[in-house]
Amino acid sequence: MSLASVVIVGAGQAGFQVATSLRQAGYGGRISLIGDEPGLPYQRPPLSKAYLLGKIGATNLLFRPENFYTEQRIELRHDRVTAIDRQNRRVLLEGGEALAYDHLVLATGAHNRPLPVPGAELEGVFGIKTKIDADTLAPLAKQARNVVVVGAGFIGLEFAAVAVSLGSAVHVLELGDRPMARAVSREMSELFSQAHHRWGVHLDFRQGLTRVIGENGRVTGVETSDGRILDADLVVFGIGVIPNTQLASEAGLDIANGIKVDANLLTSDLHISAIGDVACFPCLQNDEQPTRLESVQNAVDQGRTVAARLMGKPAPYGALPWFWTDQGDMKLQIAGLSNGYDSTVVIGSPDSAQLSVLCFRGDQLIAVESCNRPGDHLAARKILSRPPQLSPTEAAAAGFDLKAWEAANRD
Amino acid sequence: MPTLTLIEHNGTAHQVTGEIGQSVMQAAMFASVPGIQADCGGACSCATCHAYVDDQWLARLPAAEGTEADMLEYAVERNDNSRLTCQLIISEALDGMVLRLPASQF
Ligand SMILES: Cc1cc2nc3c(=O)[nH]c(=O)nc-3n(C[C@H](O)[C@H](O)[C@H](O)COP(=O)(O)OP(=O)(O)OC[C@H]3O[C@@H](n4cnc5c(N)ncnc54)[C@H](O)[C@@H]3O)c2cc1C
Ligand code: FES
Repeated sequence: MSLASVVIVGAGQAGFQVATSLRQAGYGGRISLIGDEPGLPYQRPPLSKAYLLGKIGATNLLFRPENFYTEQRIELRHDRVTAIDRQNRRVLLEGGEALAYDHLVLATGAHNRPLPVPGAELEGVFGIKTKIDADTLAPLAKQARNVVVVGAGFIGLEFAAVAVSLGSAVHVLELGDRPMARAVSREMSELFSQAHHRWGVHLDFRQGLTRVIGENGRVTGVETSDGRILDADLVVFGIGVIPNTQLASEAGLDIANGIKVDANLLTSDLHISAIGDVACFPCLQNDEQPTRLESVQNAVDQGRTVAARLMGKPAPYGALPWFWTDQGDMKLQIAGLSNGYDSTVVIGSPDSAQLSVLCFRGDQLIAVESCNRPGDHLAARKILSRPPQLSPTEAAAAGFDLKAWEAANRD
Repeated sequence: MPTLTLIEHNGTAHQVTGEIGQSVMQAAMFASVPGIQADCGGACSCATCHAYVDDQWLARLPAAEGTEADMLEYAVERNDNSRLTCQLIISEALDGMVLRLPASQF
């Protein structure tokens, strides 16, 4: 296949990966990587963790230094794509230029769902998505006395753990009845509830907020759904994201909770692929249901899959989803997807905060969540990627050891 | 700036200068050394930044502990001198360190 030029919209985790993988595979044509954020492409996970705490600096966020892009002939452009002209196969840039493509990759990511209450525009109310968000937030987090976090998902809880370690009083409001409910089992939620409690974070479930209160344009508190006023000099929300589909939908591509793609990550236009947070794909580990995942693994593996296809090695995307989150001294690693699990087997002890939860649907192992048991996580990734299957009965046997089972069942 | 040598499995050697405080993984990525994958970007969550540290240098490093030690059990072709390079922080004392890369990271 000879493609003279590949244009990538979005210079985040997924966009960076396609560009790099194309060059690694020997692609000789033109690569344009267009991103609307300032600076060099960087990774987001530390923004709500190590970077906020000052444990890693700004250079360490970068995927690569500037000369990499020159050496690899990856044309990095700081611009915004405003339209896709599918007929003439070109994209229009805010700067006024038009760029022709033979293949277009949409890796536009997602933006934070805004706080849907009055007062959300006050100073001191934040979502965390970009390096700029983290840079603005970091000094405020160090000074804050009363922090309210809205949403007990991954990012909200990561920030809660950071804020409490910096000495703030932290109150988390969550509409659901447990933390990280969309993504983890009850058992794992419980372990993290206890941990946050131990660190001094106040978790308030089945509780939302009706407004953010401020003085002179700055936040001073929030009102909860049950009518209490909580003091707050900083409010951080993490209530989900909305995929950046506008470009694609205006261009007439199929949209369904993200840009709809087939098993090869192709959109409804065969000259356009979509990957990463914005892509809604038939997920092998989710009964091939249209699924959108927000993780580094998903962005990286989908980037690799598209690069391989463009280099003449097409393969349906089927990588095992995995994820991690770091909160205080707890590292949670998840292999597989637990949606629809109906039974669990717990290994390890909650007292030591070293625990793995094996999630089964019927007789099938579908996910393993490990807290501070990274060996279990890596073993689980192997077990979930190939036969034989581990049965719930085997896992429930006294003294069961996941790593030993994996070792004994290697081919 | 300390200089490290990373040797690919096929014998190709790369001289890499790293900043103090940077991880060996990142210095290697910045220098585009093939053979380190670093899928998690240094969060000690993936074990694809595995390397073998030459014995004389191994003794100068703090021992692998906790998460790194547990992850290392799953590094492919793990050896006594295996380390995860995202957990090795560059200091003056590591100037001249030699690391060898495994044939594969997964
Ligand atoms: C604070 C935070 C913590 C996280 N922690 C973890 C973690 O611990 N583990 C994990 O696995 N995942 C984590 N994630 C998720 C992970 O970072 C994302 O899944 C990943 O970045 C998705 O990559 P992407 O390329 O699809 O999107 P992004 O990385 O968001 O990149 C999309 C880019 O496209 C740009 N863009 C959009 N539209 C246009 C346009 N029209 N023109 C030009 N540019 C455009 C955007 O500005 C953005 O820069 C975290 C995310 C955040 C925000
Ligand atoms: S980069 Fe993932 S464990 Fe080192």
